[in-house]
Amino acid sequence: MNRRTVLAVVVGAALLVPGCTGTGGSTKGADAAAPTDPSKVSGTIKVLTVRTDLVQDGTLKKYAAEFSRTYPKVKVEFEGITDYEAEVKIRMNTENYGDVLLIPAVIKKSDYPRFFASLGTQQERAKKYRFTDFTAVDGKVYGQSPVAVSPGFVYNKRIWKEAGVTEWPTTPAEFVADLKAIKAKTDAVPYYTNFSAGWPLSSWTSVDGAVTCDPKATDKLAEGDPWAKGADLRVGDQLLYDIVHEGLIEKDPTTSNWEESKPRTAKGEIATQWLGTWAIVQFQDAAKKAGVNPDDIGFMPFPAQTDGKFCATIGPDYNQAVNVHSAHKEAARAWIDWFTDKSGYVEDNLALSPLKDAPLPSVLQPYEDQGVKFIELDDAQGAKVKQIDNESEVGLYAPEYRQKLVDLARGARKGSLDDFLADLSKRWTDTQKNLGS
Amino acid sequence: MTDTTQKAAVEVIPAAPVPAPPTRRTRVRRGVTPWLFLIAPLALLITFTYAPIANMIAYSFTDWDGVSPELHSTGVENYREVFTRPDLFEVFWVSGYYLAASVVQIVLALYFATILSFNVRFRNFFKGVLFFPYLINGVAIGFVFLYFFQDGGTLDSVLSLFGVKSDHAWLGTPVSANTSLAGVSVWRYLGLNFVLFLGAIQSIPGELYEAAELDGANRWHQFRHIIAPGIKPVLTLTVILSISGSLSVFEIPYIMTGGATGTETFVIQTVNLAFRFNKTGLASAAAVVLLLIILLVTWVQRRLVPDDKVDLV
Repeated sequence: MNRRTVLAVVVGAALLVPGCTGTGGSTKGADAAAPTDPSKVSGTIKVLTVRTDLVQDGTLKKYAAEFSRTYPKVKVEFEGITDYEAEVKIRMNTENYGDVLLIPAVIKKSDYPRFFASLGTQQERAKKYRFTDFTAVDGKVYGQSPVAVSPGFVYNKRIWKEAGVTEWPTTPAEFVADLKAIKAKTDAVPYYTNFSAGWPLSSWTSVDGAVTCDPKATDKLAEGDPWAKGADLRVGDQLLYDIVHEGLIEKDPTTSNWEESKPRTAKGEIATQWLGTWAIVQFQDAAKKAGVNPDDIGFMPFPAQTDGKFCATIGPDYNQAVNVHSAHKEAARAWIDWFTDKSGYVEDNLALSPLKDAPLPSVLQPYEDQGVKFIELDDAQGAKVKQIDNESEVGLYAPEYRQKLVDLARGARKGSLDDFLADLSKRWTDTQKNLGS
Repeated sequence: MTDTTQKAAVEVIPAAPVPAPPTRRTRVRRGVTPWLFLIAPLALLITFTYAPIANMIAYSFTDWDGVSPELHSTGVENYREVFTRPDLFEVFWVSGYYLAASVVQIVLALYFATILSFNVRFRNFFKGVLFFPYLINGVAIGFVFLYFFQDGGTLDSVLSLFGVKSDHAWLGTPVSANTSLAGVSVWRYLGLNFVLFLGAIQSIPGELYEAAELDGANRWHQFRHIIAPGIKPVLTLTVILSISGSLSVFEIPYIMTGGATGTETFVIQTVNLAFRFNKTGLASAAAVVLLLIILLVTWVQRRLVPDDKVDLV
């Protein structure tokens, strides 16, 4: 064999290798049963999380220590991952993706049984927990979110009061008028887009359901045109467009900074941001660090009323699931149950509980006073929406769509809002037709 | 018959003073040694370059979503889609900014390399200053320049020192954003080009300059007739690198703008296809197409500017 043939053979062999990747993982349908006797469960489990901050400051370790009081033989380790979605997606091509993990958004619902062990039947779990349909496949539930979140505006109460606004706006037009008053009467930036970070903009998709107070809003996305006149997404996008178009946002959105926006909102340099209940605790912490009053941080629903009442949707955060390949499924299951029911994580984060009988957190007292109606979105068509979204490359949950919208509104991109939304709805409905056929 | 065997036997004996032919073992060892040395780099090269490329090519013929264990072969469907969707190629206009920037970059690098190849005060210091940015991690550079271009950031402060009151949102419009990002790219890669040029210039024998000076050539003449022809192969290489670099810009815009405001490049688009919309098959096809485009451009360029041997003397 001369050198060239050797090289060719080696390279050729390398070319053949890929033939066998991507087809592993034939295990399907394992269960992670809850342990009956806590003292007998044992093993070391690894929990993957997005909360790198809680891993670093030791908060999660404290939960683990608390957990091991009930389950003395289980050792819990955490792995915080910054770029969670992309990294875990790649790791899930192997069997080694922790014992407990958050279900990445990219995993198709129908593939859940291949990757995760079931936590029980939907019928049984739905008695105690909310959002079981978000992870249910063929009647079995595969994940559980430790907290529930409700989208809404985080705002600085002091600034809004200084601008003379004491009542929550009830229509998008009123909301814009209030922001104008803030611009005129205070030094604060009325609305902060967080354009650069991107994801705060994509969270505008979560206006869906709140505008028309419809628990079946997800079905409408799957079957109808999300940008038809009066549809939830269109109302939300129109509001965002108007806010930007009227110049009620930060001066240079392209260099906005999420971490800085927290103390700035607390101090009243920024008046409003569209986020979710999960953000309240972070803004209050920022206020404490900046030495200002954490009670200035307020939370309000989307400015739309149905039958004279505001409406707020609640949905799950990342769902925790058990790796189907885990050697310690019982221990992993025990962690999920304990973390959801007993850890106090919900209270520590001033969050809404995923348990059906839990009370509202105190920060949402104003919601109760105003009689805000909470609705739980039905996720029966969730998988379909995701499929249409990927296929059409609209990216409802990706930043580009709203970044383009903001660029359009501030004149950095040519075109009109109507054309822009018409293009989105054409791509969306065309894909619906293609998938239907 | 017996005669011949005897003769042969006799003939073998006087061969002794000649060094003995290598034994089988030493011959094998000699043959294997270079391969032993090559094992490590070859293994790395194959594992991290050729195998992934082969994988990518294989995926480009499937509808794989990047994680599902199920994948179906779709033939050339992905390639058909890539070539029938003009919107996928529109992003190449953005590469124009980087291409223009790389011209500036090459000229600047050549200028500095020429100057610093002569005896200049603090020349080692300046060499360090110019090369330093290339050593910094691209992601870090992205973050640093995000602060640099911020409203009221470093750039604005520096400008106001000179009395220029700038209220410009540097990343605010597509033209301004792309120009700014291309500027960052120049800052980053200038050092690499500079070092390549400097190395080439310094390999030109010193007597040539002396002779030229004796003949009364000034610095420009020296550059025009000694340096420029002397570094031609490196210059061609740099141009190829610049063009392929401009077509596949990624880090800087991805970190700084994420592709917003008209700064999306072909690679960012490919990454989005693969990781945002889970079209790994289509994205692989797009990546293969990019590879082919770069190969094609390089080939065309080599045909236009053949790499002939330079002989200075």
